[in-house]
Amino acid sequence: MTSLEACVRESKARISAAASGERFASAFTPTAAFVILVACAIPILTLEARAQLQSTVGTQSVLQSLIKWFPLILFGPPREFGGFALNIAVSFLAMALGTAVGIVLGLGQISIHRPLRNLAWALTQFFRNAPWLVLLFFVMLLTPFQIRLFGFSIPLPGWLKASVGLSLPIMANMSEIVRGAVNSIPTAQWESAESLAFTRLQTLWRIILPQCVRRMIPPWMNWYAILTMATPLISIVGVNDAMTLTQDALSAEQRTDLLMPMYSLLLALFFLYCYPIARWTLWLERKYAVKI
Amino acid sequence: MQANAAWTPDQPIVSVRDVHKSYGKVEVLKGVSLDVRKGEVVCIIGPSGSGKSTLLRCINALVGIDKGSILVEGQEVHDPKLDKLELRKKVSMVFQQYNLFPHKTALENVMMAPILVLKRPKEEVEAQARRLIKKVRLEGKENSYPGELSGGQQQRVAIARSLAMTPDVMLFDEVTSALDPETVKEVLSTIRELADDGMTCILVTHEMGFAREVGDHIYFTEKGVIVEHGPPATFFKEARDPRTREFLSQIL
Repeated sequence: MTSLEACVRESKARISAAASGERFASAFTPTAAFVILVACAIPILTLEARAQLQSTVGTQSVLQSLIKWFPLILFGPPREFGGFALNIAVSFLAMALGTAVGIVLGLGQISIHRPLRNLAWALTQFFRNAPWLVLLFFVMLLTPFQIRLFGFSIPLPGWLKASVGLSLPIMANMSEIVRGAVNSIPTAQWESAESLAFTRLQTLWRIILPQCVRRMIPPWMNWYAILTMATPLISIVGVNDAMTLTQDALSAEQRTDLLMPMYSLLLALFFLYCYPIARWTLWLERKYAVKI
Repeated sequence: MQANAAWTPDQPIVSVRDVHKSYGKVEVLKGVSLDVRKGEVVCIIGPSGSGKSTLLRCINALVGIDKGSILVEGQEVHDPKLDKLELRKKVSMVFQQYNLFPHKTALENVMMAPILVLKRPKEEVEAQARRLIKKVRLEGKENSYPGELSGGQQQRVAIARSLAMTPDVMLFDEVTSALDPETVKEVLSTIRELADDGMTCILVTHEMGFAREVGDHIYFTEKGVIVEHGPPATFFKEARDPRTREFLSQIL
């Protein structure tokens, strides 16, 4: 009995520790960000020093190699769209698609028509609880490489399909954000709107949803950051993103001393992009928490 | 609600007959009947949970009834074919918690329903809304958001918002219960002015002094039934039922 209690207590402690993760994040100051960047730079610099010691004519130092490959990893091969810029583009596209369809699905979840509500609920649950990589493969393999429309063949590029694949989990989570936000508005708001003879649609658009927007923005931004960090998944399905190009560069160089510095560079890129979003989200959360 | 030929203004404007309402297994209203004439102020008093608020919500068709009938200007409120929009243009409700729309200013709160529901022109509605805000003594607060107003001020905006629908009957559901004692007065004086203007009012209230002063007729409800009713002069002095007497002795 006591061991069971201890077990329960321990798991509770773990849950509360997980819940306080957000508090840790808020303690995550720009100073901490700097420390992490330095930590990323250390392997680069130490290996750089070692490489210089060992360098012979014809071999570039680690730093020189990084500088050489950096434009490729950032923007992709010349006259082609790729690299980190493609990761960002995919994140924008997947977010836009996922948000648009997710809002519709979320409104479906609060519909007064039971079949519609159940369908929206089932879709939401399915895509929320599916592994992103599997969804990605599913979309890549399910969709043709080109479609015929009015006699024209329109190619479906990999990055487009990848964006659709990644938009599915975003859609499902957006649906939950909408449902949660609408349910968080006191029912008294619905009641007073009804007593003023607003229709259900008018109440939703004019009264409920405007109050939801500020509640939805922080979790929505949070999902955007998560999505961006998941975009290297698309390298597995053959898209020229930053991850693919880093691997290409490494296999071209065939140098083990470049492994850590190159991946550190990639991590630093994502960190520099996502960390400000996380800070901004926290700031918005705090700002809105006071007002409502 | 079409103008009912059978109804004339000398008949009760609201007529409640033997209304029953249950929430699950709990029967909240067990056969309630009351009549309200045009221009009358009716106060419903009684302990918490006696079904007073439910009765108001039934009159406004915010909740359905299980049995009985509610006529407003001769029209059955719980007729499935009833146009609820027409009903709510006639019967307006003010809530205990004000329920203003927090993302809209005081003026916008008052203007929204006439523009969106009644489809009246904006300029005309705005002029009317400004008059109503003045009437509830909130001049200068037109552009304040509900969060910037006190409870009493918010409740007066809510009253103005209801008045903007130009209703024939106003329902007040414990509108001063959530307020500080000082702000209760300002809301009550607003309601008193409405009553003096001849507005038909049904109030659920705990303000006995106000009920005695403004009410034309007092109903006492307990456990879903109307125990006793009468004009304030006799009701407060010569209550016959022991339940009424006990309630009054506790509250007065």
